[in-house]
Order: sequence, then C-alpha cells, then structure tokens
Amino acid sequence: MSALFAGARVVAAHALRESLRRRVFVVVLGLTLAFGALYAWGVNELFQDVDEFGGSRFLDAKTLAGATILGLAMFGTLFLGVVLAVFLTLNAVRGDAERGLLQPMVVRPLGRGAYLLGRWAAAATVSGTYVVVVFLGGVVLTKLVGGYAPDRIVTPALELAGAVALISALALLGSIVLGTTANGIGVLMVFGAGLLVGLLGSIGDALGSGTLTDVANVASWALPFEGLYRDALFQLVADASSRGGVTGALVQLGPLGGSHDNPALFPVFCVAYAAVVGAVALLAFRRRDL
Amino acid sequence: MPTARRLADVPAALQVEGLVKRYGAHTALHGVDLQVDSGELVGLLGPNGAGKSTLTKIACGLVRPTQGRATVAGHAAGSTQARTSQGYLAELFRFPGWATADEVMLLHQRLAGSTQGAAERADLLALVGLDDARGRRVEAMSKGMQQRLGIAQALVGEPRLLLLDEPTSALDPAGRRTVRDLLVEVQRRGVAVLLNTHLLSEVELVCDRVVIIDHGRVVTAGRPDELVRPRGVEVETAGGRRIVAGAGRADAPRIVAELVAAGEQVYGVQVLSSTLEDVYLDAVGDSEAVRTGGAA
Ligand SMILES: Nc1ncnc2c1ncn2[C@@H]1O[C@H](COP(=O)(O)OP(=O)(O)OP(=O)(O)O)[C@@H](O)[C@H]1O
Ligand SMILES: [Mg+2]
Repeated sequence: MSALFAGARVVAAHALRESLRRRVFVVVLGLTLAFGALYAWGVNELFQDVDEFGGSRFLDAKTLAGATILGLAMFGTLFLGVVLAVFLTLNAVRGDAERGLLQPMVVRPLGRGAYLLGRWAAAATVSGTYVVVVFLGGVVLTKLVGGYAPDRIVTPALELAGAVALISALALLGSIVLGTTANGIGVLMVFGAGLLVGLLGSIGDALGSGTLTDVANVASWALPFEGLYRDALFQLVADASSRGGVTGALVQLGPLGGSHDNPALFPVFCVAYAAVVGAVALLAFRRRDL
Repeated sequence: MPTARRLADVPAALQVEGLVKRYGAHTALHGVDLQVDSGELVGLLGPNGAGKSTLTKIACGLVRPTQGRATVAGHAAGSTQARTSQGYLAELFRFPGWATADEVMLLHQRLAGSTQGAAERADLLALVGLDDARGRRVEAMSKGMQQRLGIAQALVGEPRLLLLDEPTSALDPAGRRTVRDLLVEVQRRGVAVLLNTHLLSEVELVCDRVVIIDHGRVVTAGRPDELVRPRGVEVETAGGRRIVAGAGRADAPRIVAELVAAGEQVYGVQVLSSTLEDVYLDAVGDSEAVRTGGAA
C-alpha cells in the first residue's frame, strides 16, 4: 500500500512539474485574472442598479442579485476548473501511450494502479485548488464591491473541489478507452449534459413538473458532480431560502442548473462513486495492451 | 555450512514458454520458446512483423499473452518483482520534451526506487556518451541522442535483464559503435540482454546467441559461429575460379594436392563459409522475398 502511494507521488510530482514547465499555470492565472476583473466590473454595475431599484417589502433585491451573480461566478469557476481537470487527464493513458511517453513509466515497478492514482491526484489537486481559490476570490469580490456575502462559504468551496475531482476521475477513465480528442469532447459533453439536466430540474421545480425533477435527481446520482454543483448553489442561499417568501423562492431557483440540496450521505456516495470509477479504470488499464 | 548456489538454481534472466499472442483474428506469436540466461546477450532477429516487439512487450509486461508464460528472473512477466529486475527501451518511445537528460534519469531513478543518486546518473550518461548533455532538454536533442538517453534510462536501477527493442535504429555508425561497446560493458557487469535488431553485423559482433523468428515462430537459434556453415572451397587455377561444394577447411590440402597431381596450376585457395546474413536469409528467405517482391 505504501509502495502504491510512493509510486503515485512520483507520478503526480512529474505531472505537476510538466504543467509548470509547459506554462499551464501561467496561462490559467492570466485568464483567471481577466475573468476576475470582468466579474468585479459586472458586480459593480449590478449593485448600482440594485441600489437604484431599492427592492421592496417582499423582495430582498440585494440578496437576490448577490446570490444570482455569485451563482453565475460559481458556474464560471466550475467550468474553468473542469476544463483544467480534463486537459490535465485527457491523454493520460491512450494519448500518452500513442506518443510513447507512457511505456517507459509503466514498465517500472510502480505499477499501473500507482500511475492512475498519481495522475488523478495531480489533476484533482490542481483543479480542486483552482476552484477553491477562484470561488473564494469571487466571494471576496462580491462582498467588497457589492456588499453581499453568501450564507455558506466552506461547503460550496469543498463541493466544487469534489466536482472537479470527480470529473478528473471520469476523464482518466475515458483516457483508457478513448483517444485524446474523443475523450476531451466526451467528458466535456457529459459535463454539459449534467448541467443541462440540472437546469431542467429547476424548471421542473418551478413548473411543478415531477418528471423533470425526477430526471434531474437521477442525473444527480448518475453524474454526482452535477449534484455537488447544485448543492453548492443551494448552500449559497441556504438561510435565505429557508426564510421563504418571494426572495426565498426566487433564490432557490438559482442560475444555471438550479439549486438543490442533497441528502446528508451524498458526500459519502461521491467518494464511493470515485472509488468505483477508479476501480473500473484500473481493471480496464490492466487489460490494455500498450 | 552454506554452499554457493549452483548455476542451475539461478533462474534464467528471461524464460519464455509456449508464448502465443493473438490480436483479434491475427496471431502475432505462435508458441515461442526462448531463454536468456544470466549475463547472456541474445540477439532477436526477424523480418518486419515477425513478432519481435510483441515478444519483448510481453516480456516486460506491456502486453498480455494469450497463452503460454514468460518469467523475468523467475517472476511472472509484468509482476512487481519482474519489473524490478528489468530495464526496457521501447521501439517507439518518447521522453517529455521539457525535461533535461538528468531529469529523465532522476525520474526513472524514482520510479525504479534506485537510491544510487547522482553518481548513477553521471555513470550511465557517460556510458552512452551523453556526459556533456546532462542539462540539455530532450526537445533540443537529436533522435540519436534521445535513443542513447533511452538506453541509459533502461539501465537505471541495476536491472538483471535489459530488453532493447531496436536501440540503434536512429544512430549513426559512431553511435552504433558506442552502443556495441556499451553492450559489452553491460554484459561485463553481469546484465542479461535481449537485443531486438535488424543489424546483423551488430548481432554478429556482440551476441552470444541468436534467435531468428518469422511469422511468430522461432525458425533458427544458436551461437553465431555455430550457425554459419561451410559453403565449399574456392580454388583459382589457370582455368579460372571454381567452387568445390560441400568441402570444408579440412578438405583444402587434399583438393590442392589432387589438382596439382592432375597437372593444374593453383593460384589461390579460399575456404568459404556462410555469413550470418546467409543464415538469416535462408531462415526467413521465402517470406522476405514475398514481402520485398512487390516493392522491388
Ligand atoms: N496492437 C496491435 N494490434 C494488432 N496487431 C498488432 C498489434 N501490434 C502488433 N500487431 C501485429 O503483430 C505482428 C507482429 O508485430 P511486431 O510489432 O511484434 O513485429 P516486429 O517483429 O517487431 O516488426 P518490426 O521489425 O517491423 O518492428 C504484426 O503483424 C503486427 O501487425
Ligand atoms: Mg518491432
């Protein structure tokens, strides 16, 4: 077991060094700063409008505006994190094997399990840290510029990190059977489909359509990154929605995907899900001729 | 009192028995038996598509055999213990372009669990003539330099068995010479080598034994000097050159004596023996002719 982790650590360190040398982080940092600047500008404009409108006895405009824009920022953060996670793992097996990069590594004693674990750990750490930092940046900007703070901060941050870690695992599994391009397209489409179904779920909630809500709930279990994201949206406004009223009802709809609270055991389910994806990946990798 | 282990107790560096590999409907190996003893250097020859790389990949655990078994130093090919005992250079390999030669070596030391540190890296890079290129990045290396780096990488962690799949395909004559000298040195260090190549001269010069495979079957095996056979004695007389077929070195004095007795002037005598190339072409001749026939 300790050999597995030691091997995985070597692989992960190598993957991280590669990202560093290939200036992946420089590009990501630059684009993220641009994203942050645009966001700050957007928040500023939005809250000026909100202050002019002033809200009403029934509607807490500031909460609604803050929750909505922060929810949108969270979507953007997750999307960027997913792109990062996917690009760090999409060629881990087949792509690297086709280029001849993989073989010299896996004939070493560390073994295929350690290789997969190392690649996953590197991608999950990078993309997980990324979404946490960017989300917290968004929270700070929203507070400083717009004066709005979400009801929960730590839980949604962790849920976003969990979502990108799951996406990394799925992309790694995909990399065993699919070539680089097909895998990248496939994983991003699965991600998009998950969000779409979540959006349908919130429409279902609003219209009172049981079928749509059921579809969304099934998707939350089948693609738990989606469940985590929807719960993260919910956590932003956990108190506001429980207070009810017009504001409560509106914030619960949430932007892009619709907020939805998960059962208490959902995090455990996510860990089990990742473990199953990992086990299937290992089985497939072990059977693969390189 | 402990006794020294008898040679027979030491497992072969590589033992392959009844190896069959099918890729879908295509059978790449049809039951191959092969052994590389400790410290032995075996050349694996055969035409394109014969199954050399497939055999090598099964030996190092990259490809799963359909039937039969392969063991490295007594451990099932692909097991952790087997992988600890082996070094491998693939036919098509690449190291990350951003890494320097020294970093590639360091990575493989970590992967192999080698604790020999900078001394081992320097020693191996010097062995392949890359001591001046330690800090050079792979993307700034010629293909030949990368191949030499690949050989140095394969030697990290003091393997018992070295599996080299066409290690000199990108090398110039001087580079091939370096690798030949290196193989001799590696063998001196007690490492067994399975050398997969198309260069017969290379095999003739350094290999203890040669195995020729074709269409996934072993067609010839033996020591290079055993494989080459007498091809007759050539004599030059006033009437021109002629070859006494079937005769060997021992027959030369008698042949000359008989010619002289018959009143012929003998200007020269040469004992002919087949080269490894002849042996190779005899062994795989038909298929080679078929395959090159279209292109010629
Ligand atoms: N992954 C694969 N899928 C299907 N067929 C394969 C695969 N790898 C090899 N083969 C087939 O198996 C046979 C043996 O291939 P192999 O690469 O072992 O030959 P080789 O002796 O190394 O040839 P070369 O001298 O050209 O390197 C060939 O007919 C090849 O087409
Ligand atoms: Mg080959």
